[in-house]
Amino acid sequence: MNEQLPEPGIVLTEEQKRRRRARSIATALVLAALALLFYVVTIVKLGPGVLNRPL
Amino acid sequence: MSLVDERQDLAVALPAAPAPRAEPSMAGVGDYIALLKPRVMSLVVFTAFVGLVIAPGPMHPVLAFTALLCIAVGAGAAGALNMWYDADIDALMPRTANRPIPAGRIAPGEALAFGLTLAVGSVVVLGLLVNILSAALLAFTIFFYAVVYTMWLKRSTSQNIVIGGAAGAFPPMIGWAAKTGGLDLDPVLLFLIIFFWTPPHFWALALFRAQEYARAGVPMLPVTAGEAVTRKQILIYTVLLAPLGVTPWLFGNAGVLYGVVSIAAGLFMLALAVRVWRPGAAKAALHAAGRRLFGFSILYLFVLFAALLADQGLRSIGW
Repeated sequence: MNEQLPEPGIVLTEEQKRRRRARSIATALVLAALALLFYVVTIVKLGPGVLNRPL
Repeated sequence: MSLVDERQDLAVALPAAPAPRAEPSMAGVGDYIALLKPRVMSLVVFTAFVGLVIAPGPMHPVLAFTALLCIAVGAGAAGALNMWYDADIDALMPRTANRPIPAGRIAPGEALAFGLTLAVGSVVVLGLLVNILSAALLAFTIFFYAVVYTMWLKRSTSQNIVIGGAAGAFPPMIGWAAKTGGLDLDPVLLFLIIFFWTPPHFWALALFRAQEYARAGVPMLPVTAGEAVTRKQILIYTVLLAPLGVTPWLFGNAGVLYGVVSIAAGLFMLALAVRVWRPGAAKAALHAAGRRLFGFSILYLFVLFAALLADQGLRSIGW
């Protein structure tokens, strides 16, 4: 038998995992803030007209 | 045998190098914020805010906030693109060696993608949510800073910060355009004030950082023309700046408060520039004067724009 174990690939250290998590949270917060901004600006620009969509 | 054949033979003879393996990123959130040059961004946002507030007409606070956010992000994007392109010379200067790219915390490609994404995003959002003119001005500002100043002027001429200073002078115009959808004499005057403020501000810094710039090969004026010429140029630009700072009041676009503040601040700036220029003074005294001028120049711009803001506030309550 000459089976080789697969290479472990890149193994992140605890510090790298912590920083990746911080980047992920920051990205999520920015995207959420952007979605909120677009929502609020839509209401501001269209006002009640946002619901006025005659079929 | 042609050169191409020789290269092909060489490629066959050499063993294939292993593909470079991407290292896991050690970048923290703070490193990405540092790429945006937050201190420069704060001055950009402040001057844009003043341009927006003093512009005539109403603007919904949410749209005003959106405009300032886009201007801030656009300025940050320009900063990130600048750091991406200048990483080689940043590594050579102690003041900039710890920036995220030369320090190895962010890969150059990541910074480029980050800067381009924010640049396109800020311009598109400003155009769609506020108006096209302000978006076009923001796009031009980012292009001017990242391409004209960073990639072209900075390494090729001692007039780099004179011409490149236009990039920092645009924000009040963008703020004004965001509110009114047009331009007028007032924002042009604010543009000129920042434009003529930039050379004495940066050359005062360059006077006591000349060795660093020389080591990095950046042709700042003290490096190419010497200290004496730089001091004279600082004085000339300050002589032009001081009266220019008063023009918003002279043209009737600002009140007495601004007039008094701009005259006093201009005279003080001029006095400091004269101290920097003094021929025959000891080198240590001249360097100290340069540091004082650099410090005060930041305060000068802040005080002028704060006075415009206060003046507008007084006008709005009927003073």
